[in-house]
Amino acid sequence: MADTPADNTPAERVPTVVADGVDIVYRVNGTGAGRGSATAALHRILRRSKTEQAAGVRRVHAVKNVSFVAYRGEAIGLIGTNGSGKSTLLKAVAGLLPVESGRIYTDGQPSLLGVNAALMNDLTGERNVYLGGLAMGMSRAQIKERYQEIVDFSGINEKGDFITLPMRTYSSGMAARLRFSIAAAKDHDVLLVDEALATGDRSFQKRSEQRIRELRRHAGTVFLVSHSNKSIRDTCDRVLWLERGELRMDGPTEEVLKEYEKFTGGPDRAAKPKAAPKAAPKTAPEPAPGAKAVV
Amino acid sequence: MSQVLDPPPPTRASTQAATATAPPSGPGHDLAALAARHGLSVSGARPSLPQYVRQLWARRHFIGAFSTAKLTAQYSQAKLGQLWQVMTPLLNAAVYYFIFGLLLDTRRDVADFVPFLVTGVFVWTFTQSSIMAGTRAISGNLGLVRALHFPRAALPVSFCLQQLQQLLFSMCALVVILLAFGVPPGPSWLLAVPALVLQFVFNAGLAMIMARVGSKIPDMAQLMPFLLRTWMYASGVMFSIEHMTGPDSGLPSWVGTALQLNPAVVYIDLMRFALIDSFGGSQLPPHVWALAVGWALVAGIGGFIYFWKAEETYGRG
Repeated sequence: MADTPADNTPAERVPTVVADGVDIVYRVNGTGAGRGSATAALHRILRRSKTEQAAGVRRVHAVKNVSFVAYRGEAIGLIGTNGSGKSTLLKAVAGLLPVESGRIYTDGQPSLLGVNAALMNDLTGERNVYLGGLAMGMSRAQIKERYQEIVDFSGINEKGDFITLPMRTYSSGMAARLRFSIAAAKDHDVLLVDEALATGDRSFQKRSEQRIRELRRHAGTVFLVSHSNKSIRDTCDRVLWLERGELRMDGPTEEVLKEYEKFTGGPDRAAKPKAAPKAAPKTAPEPAPGAKAVV
Repeated sequence: MSQVLDPPPPTRASTQAATATAPPSGPGHDLAALAARHGLSVSGARPSLPQYVRQLWARRHFIGAFSTAKLTAQYSQAKLGQLWQVMTPLLNAAVYYFIFGLLLDTRRDVADFVPFLVTGVFVWTFTQSSIMAGTRAISGNLGLVRALHFPRAALPVSFCLQQLQQLLFSMCALVVILLAFGVPPGPSWLLAVPALVLQFVFNAGLAMIMARVGSKIPDMAQLMPFLLRTWMYASGVMFSIEHMTGPDSGLPSWVGTALQLNPAVVYIDLMRFALIDSFGGSQLPPHVWALAVGWALVAGIGGFIYFWKAEETYGRG
């Protein structure tokens, strides 16, 4: 999948996401000296000072001056060590986090793959399918149409009629599978995936990777955040490497991953070397080394 | 996060490989121009007001489903289950009856005291819990706000709708109480419907205002119960304002006038007027329907615009 421009007509590629000098800053309350203690809070109020620093607000500069253009038909991997700003950048592209400076332009409404927050553990799986679908902006008719597909895909009913039980009675794997199935039921213009691939058991993982590829065919552009270099190799043809909030590298998957593996292989990832017969062919059969279940 | 350290030197040598046909990807006007040429829109920008209304309308099914789901989830762990929908307001009314009816003996001044009290408690609870839920609508659902895209006003509206559904359960209990205490049903009961609609609009407006305030100042959630309790005692929920502020009460007359403009009083008295036979029109504040409509429009429209003004900032912090 590496060098891609081939499968795009070189004439005029259509950009779907344009990030122009994006900075993202989090402000966190109550982290000043003395943290949340009552006296510290009182002190802050009394001083009423001008600077945020003194007011106990800490600024976390999560993404610094990142620019890139993503085109229709591309699958772009976002890599970087923990806390390097990948997920933050993804949320900003989705329009869920405001940017401090710079602009992000998008074609249509990019959506994050994930509905966890809309689901309720006390409700049955069946009602959660509807609730999640509606939360993602599907209509009741669309959900009805896909309902069976979603349930079958999740495999919840393989071991009995679980879909009519409250979600709190599910095992964590079952719940994660249902969540992924609901989230993946909708087609998107620009799809943002944050490490959703490592959910559930082996057979479900296979199915979900397959589904991601399908979604990519329907979607204009797919962004994938993952710590699994294998999933990145399997799905992406271009990679953005973020390190400490800065865009360190942007290019074809193999080139960037090679540098990245060099970078992580040394200091902080002892488990790494396995994955590094440099520039391995994309369908390398080795198991995903850094796979991480997050959902 | 470890942003404090020196950033590693950028190695962007190979950058251009993938973006070969694109204009050079330096920050600045090139990118903005490229985006403009292809008609891309700024991500996370606030939609115009009419657009926002349309988006909200398009999500009406979500609003409905979310409020019903919240309502059902609320008591799903309790042994008595949904019975608590009716039990909670009744127990509330019983407590107030015990304190205000029996201990303080306010019932002497009021005909049909129990229906009077229960109506007041139920109608007030609707406003109170809508505002409380509104205060936490954004700050308590950050996960949802940060994960999915929908007009944020859907949250406070949905919470108010949940309270309205809750109130409808209470109203069923209320009807039983009314009949039990010999209040005859009549055509005036139908007036309860427009009164409830107006109160819902008023509540939704306040909930949206508080949702924005609460999203910026999470401390509001601690403060609101005190403000609301003060408001409740000024709203004649468990006593008759008329008797409290009448000529022989020793209070200046403007206090009475001010209390009668109080929207909570307006909606509570409208409901009493609609349901309770002995609560005649003479006990209503002057121009009561105009006041009810006015409050609903001011709070509803004002709250909606105030909430929309900060639409793109919800989700930070």
